[in-house]
Amino acid sequence: MATDTGLSANIVRDPVTEQAELSINMGPQHPATHGVFRMVLTLDGERVVDVYPHIGYLHRGSERLAEGENFQQITTLFDRLDYVANFNNEWVYVRAVEKAMGVEVPERADYIRLILSELNRIASHLLFYGTYGLDTGAMNPVMIGFRDRERIQQIFEGVTGARMMHNYFRIGGVKEDLPDGFVPAVRALLDQLKVGYEEARGTLTESEIFIERTAGIGAIPPEDLLDYGVTGPLLRAGGIDYDIRKADPYSVYEELDFRVPTGQTGDCYDRYMVRMLEIEQSISIVAQALDRLPDGPVMGRVPRILRPPEGDVYVHGENPRGDLGVYLVSSGGTVQPYRLKIRGPSFCNLMALPAMIRGSYLADATVILGSMDIVLGEVDR
Amino acid sequence: MSLLDLITIAIIVFVLFNGILTAVLGVIWAERKALARLQQRVGPSRTGPSGILQTAADAIKLMLKEDVRPGSVNVVIFYLAPLLIFTPIFMLWMVLPFGPDWVLSDLGIGLFYIVAILGLSVVGHVLAGWASNNKYALLGSARNAAQLISYELPLVFAVLAVGLLAQTATDRPFSLAGIVEAQGSVPYLVIMPLGFILFLVGALAETARIPFDIPHAEEEIVGGAFVEYSGIRWGVFFLTEYAGLATMAFLATILFLGGWTGPFSDQVPILQPFYLLVKMAAIILIVFWIRAPLPRLRIDQLMAFAWKLAIPASLVNLLVVATIVWVQHQNGWELWVTSVTISVVSIVLAVATGIFIQRRREQRLRQFRQRWAQ
Repeated sequence: MATDTGLSANIVRDPVTEQAELSINMGPQHPATHGVFRMVLTLDGERVVDVYPHIGYLHRGSERLAEGENFQQITTLFDRLDYVANFNNEWVYVRAVEKAMGVEVPERADYIRLILSELNRIASHLLFYGTYGLDTGAMNPVMIGFRDRERIQQIFEGVTGARMMHNYFRIGGVKEDLPDGFVPAVRALLDQLKVGYEEARGTLTESEIFIERTAGIGAIPPEDLLDYGVTGPLLRAGGIDYDIRKADPYSVYEELDFRVPTGQTGDCYDRYMVRMLEIEQSISIVAQALDRLPDGPVMGRVPRILRPPEGDVYVHGENPRGDLGVYLVSSGGTVQPYRLKIRGPSFCNLMALPAMIRGSYLADATVILGSMDIVLGEVDR
Repeated sequence: MSLLDLITIAIIVFVLFNGILTAVLGVIWAERKALARLQQRVGPSRTGPSGILQTAADAIKLMLKEDVRPGSVNVVIFYLAPLLIFTPIFMLWMVLPFGPDWVLSDLGIGLFYIVAILGLSVVGHVLAGWASNNKYALLGSARNAAQLISYELPLVFAVLAVGLLAQTATDRPFSLAGIVEAQGSVPYLVIMPLGFILFLVGALAETARIPFDIPHAEEEIVGGAFVEYSGIRWGVFFLTEYAGLATMAFLATILFLGGWTGPFSDQVPILQPFYLLVKMAAIILIVFWIRAPLPRLRIDQLMAFAWKLAIPASLVNLLVVATIVWVQHQNGWELWVTSVTISVVSIVLAVATGIFIQRRREQRLRQFRQRWAQ
């Protein structure tokens, strides 16, 4: 084995057709796997014949850990799930506990949560925009995307003191009121984001090579999307108009005017476009929410020690990646949950990956994986 | 040949070799700086003024790094491959003229020599990919071989057209110095824009630059053929790539931009290398500029582009030039008549191709705009 290049050992030969296939391991340390995802591809030349995804490299046991934490402490675990959309995660969790305890949230706190979550959705989609550019080989988008995301994170830093792990949403409200000058700062930010959005149009949206690389790639029928339990932009790109903000409205989304962009074919370009249009919609949502932002307290009347009554609740919300659900079981009288089950959108979306990749080129495999925009923190939990 | 001659040649080669290597470090620095500027960044700024010593520091780091060799490689070929890639690029510089007399060896068939040597680097890539015993490397080298063979054709056809054209004005049409002399004051860029574009596309593919950097697509096959190399061996691959870029820019300058000629270049000979380097830098900057915004093509799209557009276009280009030169021979036209005719036809062809591509692009974009104009 010392000098013999043992490549032949890795080639699987079909006994009947004599056709040779190469099995290639991608990840967990690979630039295109967005963290520590791993897939084993079976290649026939440049064609992908089959793909086996492997997950679990980032498993931290969040659900089990939650059983040993107080209800207030669990927010930090949710920060670390989908670590590019922290506010959205926190929001679903605090809403679950609020529902279990029947806590009323002050209106101002609700608006603050909505504004921060929508900004976080923009930040998350900008990150997607940048990394997706990298996945297709372009360098500029990542710079534009990160520049604008950085601006959003500076706002977050001003509000919560942290750039990513905020732990700002509390059961019954938010930690503290917004800092002075928040509203004008966000308005200025929205204007900057619009400029960045126009730049994005030139770099990827209308780039011929980008269209060639993404259009018609990775599409599977809408029924299959539903069967796999795919949610979020991936589902909407397939033409299915399902957004929890509209389908099962929570918070003050009903009062705001926005539309849910949907695609037609469900290919990678549609997925990209759905996210880009969602950025546009989120900008408008934030602007509307800023206009309506009421005065008042930011924390409701909540007991110091939280003991939800016996029973279970299921709450879900529209995360940038899809439907994040929290199933919370309380045994009653304890300060810790009996069981906390998380339905992660990235995890469920990932189930459709083999069906999407099978039969495409090796170069498409990374483009398709990139278009799913998974975050391994939430897949592995 | 006397001993003195040998020593002189040795000194010239030594200076040239090290000069190229230093220049390549400069090119790498320039790319990082230019890319940074195109992306609203600063780029290297800490090592020396404007970070100009950054690449030198990187090179030193690479030399000091441990040279890791995986256990399962084919040792001889693994160590041979970097040399096989490195050498051809520097062999090219033997015939590249910096001025009328500033050339190591003014070969009468310099053009063919270059075409032949350019093809050699494929061997090194394929060997590196195979010897590494790594599947990513194997895929990378296979892609490299396919790409270089496809894009060699438009490149060679464009170069041949230049030779044909030069033949009308000089009796040394395949010597690089002869081609520069033949261009006189009107560079072939003006006479044969289609050829220049094809040459540039071919050069981009030959040097595996974005949008044709498929052989070492980092997001797919993590660096391709070089994935198992480390330390200075990897550095050699990297340097060679940029040396290749500089060589291609040099060639483009010689073949299409009139080489060292420029205002007062005949009266003040010292200006000649200066003009050459300025033109070369312009081409290199264009390549950097192309790199910043464009995504990468897929291998089948790359092949389709080569065989469906680039090769037919380069054949048409060659055919047009050959026909007009032949007609000139038959009818004994003045030189300027030939030049103007070729120029007009070539510009018409280039514009027509451009319009065709633009039309298709607009059509496609309109579809997508309509789909999303909700």
